[in-house]
Amino acid sequence: MTKITTKAASYSRRDAMRLLAAGGVLGLTAPHLLGKPAFAQTPPSAPTGRVIVGLSQEPTVFHPLMAKIEVDDGVHFSIFDALFRITPEGVIVPNLATEVPSLENGGISEDGLNWRVRLRDDVKWHDGTPFTAEDVKFTLELIVNPDFRAWRTTGHSQVRDLTVVSPTEITWRMEEPFAPYMSFLTETFIVPKHVLEGEADPNATAFAQAPIGTGAFKWGQRVPGDHLELVANPDYFGEGPYIEQLVFKYIPDLTVFYSQFESGDVDLTGQVYITPDRYQDALKLPDRTITMVPKSSFESFYLNLGRPQFQDLAVRQALFAAIDRKAIIESLYYNVPTPTETFMPRQSYYYNPNLPVQEYNLERAAQILDEAGWLPGADGVRAKDGVRLAFTNSTTSGDPLREQVQQFLQQTFGSIGIEMAIENLPSAVMWGDFWQQSQFDSVIVGSTWVIGADPDVTNRLHSGSSNAKGGRGSNNAQYANAEVDALLEEGARTYDPEARREIYFRVQELVRNDLPYLPLFQNVSIVGQKSGIAGFVSNANTRTESWNAAAWYWQA
Amino acid sequence: MRSFLINRLSQSLVLLVIVSIIGFGVLNLIPGGPLAQYGLDPGMTQDDMARLTEQLGLNRPIWVQYFEWAGGLLQGDWGHSFRDGAPVLNVIGRHIVATLLLMGSSTAVAIAIGTWIGIRGATHRYSVFDYTATIGAMVALSIPTFWFGLIGIYVFSLRLSWFPAGNMYTIGDGSVLDVLHHLVMPSIVLALVHIAIWSRYMRSATLEAINQDFVKTARAKGLSERRVLIKHVVGNALLPMITLAGMQLPSVLTGALVTETVFTWPGMGRLFLDSLGYSDYPVVMGLLMFSAILVILGNLIADFIIAIVDPRIRLA
Repeated sequence: MTKITTKAASYSRRDAMRLLAAGGVLGLTAPHLLGKPAFAQTPPSAPTGRVIVGLSQEPTVFHPLMAKIEVDDGVHFSIFDALFRITPEGVIVPNLATEVPSLENGGISEDGLNWRVRLRDDVKWHDGTPFTAEDVKFTLELIVNPDFRAWRTTGHSQVRDLTVVSPTEITWRMEEPFAPYMSFLTETFIVPKHVLEGEADPNATAFAQAPIGTGAFKWGQRVPGDHLELVANPDYFGEGPYIEQLVFKYIPDLTVFYSQFESGDVDLTGQVYITPDRYQDALKLPDRTITMVPKSSFESFYLNLGRPQFQDLAVRQALFAAIDRKAIIESLYYNVPTPTETFMPRQSYYYNPNLPVQEYNLERAAQILDEAGWLPGADGVRAKDGVRLAFTNSTTSGDPLREQVQQFLQQTFGSIGIEMAIENLPSAVMWGDFWQQSQFDSVIVGSTWVIGADPDVTNRLHSGSSNAKGGRGSNNAQYANAEVDALLEEGARTYDPEARREIYFRVQELVRNDLPYLPLFQNVSIVGQKSGIAGFVSNANTRTESWNAAAWYWQA
Repeated sequence: MRSFLINRLSQSLVLLVIVSIIGFGVLNLIPGGPLAQYGLDPGMTQDDMARLTEQLGLNRPIWVQYFEWAGGLLQGDWGHSFRDGAPVLNVIGRHIVATLLLMGSSTAVAIAIGTWIGIRGATHRYSVFDYTATIGAMVALSIPTFWFGLIGIYVFSLRLSWFPAGNMYTIGDGSVLDVLHHLVMPSIVLALVHIAIWSRYMRSATLEAINQDFVKTARAKGLSERRVLIKHVVGNALLPMITLAGMQLPSVLTGALVTETVFTWPGMGRLFLDSLGYSDYPVVMGLLMFSAILVILGNLIADFIIAIVDPRIRLA
């Protein structure tokens, strides 16, 4: 047993339950905290072998604090450590820290403003220098350095008075109580002060091309456009690593991506995983294990409430009733994803299971529109007060499954006098101003709203988060509900999981009634791996399949 | 000779400036931009976006950005990639070897086979060989490369296991033999189209030369048919091919978008596609200028060679 697991296990049952609640996502695939396999198998005593992870996008950002995308995460989780980590069960456990601060253990003050984090004293950077609280201070300060092209700054921008009490203890004060910060810290990787402090330009460092971390793997070499090779760090303080090399292989074409898994060039399929249309085929491959892994992201028919035709709740209800979700999931998505009524992942502690279940009923949909006064005009399209019930729907072009959903819905809507035009855009265009400034009528989008396992969705649902209305955030539906606003503000200030649970249950209920978006299903990724790889556990609370590659090994 | 050079170089310079202005303008006109990739990130706020926009200097007027970029270029600074932060010339340099290998080998194959088919088709006009070659060329030209590539992978990798399913080398191996083994399929797939093009050009150029008076004269002088063909027909038919080769030089270095994607080949073509997809302006502009320079160089070199080979032409 390693130190990490001992630490995690030393929590009392009550502690564990509380942390579980704080984290949120309950056991998904494995009962073990840190990715230990459920069967009796022993990893090798020294790192051996190599695992090649296939990725359909290329990781290019290696400074873990700089603006990055999902695919870069696998590299960061392998090279670096954060203060805490989140398990597949949604429990936040110590990583570089020795305990998770809470109101109970005094790590967080009663008012939620003062934080104290105690750190391990046995951690070394890959170059041999000891890790200390100075590195944590440097990291949190670098993120808010105005010249630094940091990734996200939410939470970090509220940190004040960072104080290094001792090499193993750091304290700070928050400008406001902000419960989600703990989840943010599970994705905030600590960088070495002694390597970075002398750099004149924080955005152009040698470190960004060959990073130095504390993690289970050290930087090996990179062949741009092809692959990235990490090597085992034998001095890692935690469990593992058991493989000598961890390789991230970039394969842009989806057909070729699958072919290379089939041919054995790739040992494990990372993002974008195996597409649903190949699921049945993949099950037949010899010596491969195919796992369905629920993701935190959900697919929705997302509406722009700034458009007059969508301002009427009756229209949104009618559209929702006109969507045959069962047919979409079964016929178009090969029955892989699960239907949902909310943005909250089904596995979350905060998932509200009591929401009304959508029913597909075309006659009911037409009736709702009739009653609300949306009557068919001369051209067959319904209209009310001069507003035609016509709109465009957009999504990233080149996604054949979503395109089929669009055509399917276009037909159904058309049959009850709703005109939907399809106008798809390349992703670089789609998710720019078009999306962020609410220039769309409606889109089909798959997105994750929660950060780690924290239920806070202020960024998505608070009325102050609509850019098109002068706000700041990602409430691109321009949804506004005063009660939701108040609940979200309260939720972010509240540290008690049970109290928060009530708050977010109510939020989901209100949003389900208001229908600013029409929930379709929760996404599932299909991960394929060679059966010889042991120790692989997926974690829906992170964005990467490689969150714990340290635990992987080849069965003898 | 010197006036020719000065003339051409000044023309080229004007051309480069125009290309850069159009390229920069069009690139910036495309909605979305480099930050669109963060649009779906659950934790990135609009404040973060605004901050990054300013840090990258993207909020300034486009002409200010252009002059800054062009000024840097004149001083040899091609800028840094938005994606991995590396200098643009390094980014290009790290992809060029792969492309040179793939395009070089496939072009060599294409020229050798294409020239042979073209000459033979012209000298044996309307023969079975000629018809087969013509139909073959039409088929090769009309079937998309990615289809050929995927069929090749399916048949020769997944079913027969003769060749690897893409990649430039086996990770952990990378010996010369290993690279050659990986090179076979992509270079043949890529060469197919080029053979088709080369053989068609070569055939018509040869046909044209065959009917010239000097060929009749050569025959009348009693030269052997073989000598007439090699010295008088092919020699003259090759002249337009030099221009064609000059025009192909840029593609040898800028890569094949489709083939590189299908065969997971880490070359320039894929770099261009990826950089465009992420709106990595500095790299896209770098690649644009790089290929513009190659087009100019290729044409210049072709002109020189023709002037040397063809005594009728003098550069002035």
